[in-house]
Amino acid sequence: MKIVIIKYNAGNIFSVRYAVKRVGFEAEITDDPAVIRAADRVIFPGVGEAGTTMQYLRERGMDELIRSLTQPVLGICIGMQLMCRHSEESDTDCLGIFDTPVELFVPPEPNPMHYKVPHMGWNTLEYSNIPLFQDLGPNPYVYFVHSYHPTICAHTVAVTDHIVPFSSALQKDNFYALQFHPEKSGEVGARILHRFITMRHD
Amino acid sequence: MLAKRIIPCLDVKDGKTVKGVHFVNFKDAGDPVAMGAEYSRQGADELVFLDITASYEGRKTFVDLVRRVAENISIPFTVGGGINELADVEKLLTAGADKVSVNSAALRRPEFIEEIAKHFGSQVIVAAIDAELNGNGEWICYLNGGHIPTDKELFAWAREVESRGAGEVLFTSMSHDGVKHGYPNDALAKLADTLHIPVIASGGAGTKEDFKDAFLLGKADAALAASVFHFKEITIPELKQYLAAEGIPVRL
Repeated sequence: MKIVIIKYNAGNIFSVRYAVKRVGFEAEITDDPAVIRAADRVIFPGVGEAGTTMQYLRERGMDELIRSLTQPVLGICIGMQLMCRHSEESDTDCLGIFDTPVELFVPPEPNPMHYKVPHMGWNTLEYSNIPLFQDLGPNPYVYFVHSYHPTICAHTVAVTDHIVPFSSALQKDNFYALQFHPEKSGEVGARILHRFITMRHD
Repeated sequence: MLAKRIIPCLDVKDGKTVKGVHFVNFKDAGDPVAMGAEYSRQGADELVFLDITASYEGRKTFVDLVRRVAENISIPFTVGGGINELADVEKLLTAGADKVSVNSAALRRPEFIEEIAKHFGSQVIVAAIDAELNGNGEWICYLNGGHIPTDKELFAWAREVESRGAGEVLFTSMSHDGVKHGYPNDALAKLADTLHIPVIASGGAGTKEDFKDAFLLGKADAALAASVFHFKEITIPELKQYLAAEGIPVRL
């Protein structure tokens, strides 16, 4: 089982590698297209800003590379947002794997301070019965840190509510994406990562 | 619904949890990683590790500790203590910390917050503020762990750190800290109504009711405590069960 974590100009990549190790596997951090193409599993993680990270990927042809992958790919946080069509953050055109926009959380009047942005902390998932989500129990808590969110669309496989219901997980064919951080979500996150690595892929 | 967070705080000196912090029947009481893992197992939502080491060697030890925490613990953690320049932040984040807390350095040079936000994003910055109510009814911010008063007023400074890019505010009232008579709920509620970013209540917890009040009266998003957890006066599972029974959303 060859697992790679895509290296690019986003933070929080080492935490994902440690989390993969905690569930019993090794992951290589790389930006080598040949290594990424040959991997059994690809993780596209990160914390960062949509405009500069997307520009970085484009300049290196990594946008085309990611779109063309056929093995299971897991986008996390900004990785997920970059897999969507467009982000309001810096008005950025993204990879378009999921045909849905990424929008800023706007706290409602008359009590805007009641809803904090960033959406930071533990919130619940209402998830679909897909192979990635097994044995999680009802409405499990996972850890979020973000100010933008993918809207709900045909590919939504988990919904979380903060100001508005949004897509906390998306799936289309071999592409999976999570708005929360499985690497920081305790036992629930570890189960999802383990499942991503070990689930069957034909 | 977003859960209210419970955050144990560990003081670390030369890579060890400081004296006075102990678990009964817990053999690795001096090891911050083992203690953090135990708190995580009990249901802590995040952890804070504060480096109170003065020496250069001790600081290097702290970075090694941060790496071991990141390798072993699967919940978010913040590190603080002695962070004065961007290089300090980079070292700690590269070692695997999720957030850094800055206090005196930001009061001395407020642009420091913008620099961190620009390089690493707002989500990594916890602006820690120590303040005390003076005779005129004003909350005054203090430097250096509460030793040196500044000309900054709490609410104005909190708005400033938010506008400069802080991701959260951690507020400690110096007159409440360590007294165990509860958090400063009036000031917390005013902070919560002033800021768009989350507020962490710190210092003052003595009972489970104190946590409830910080969330309901103080409108805090998270509550940090040290000694009540370290001395097992309150355990995290019983605290969370209590809060849930009081109708407060917590991660069980």
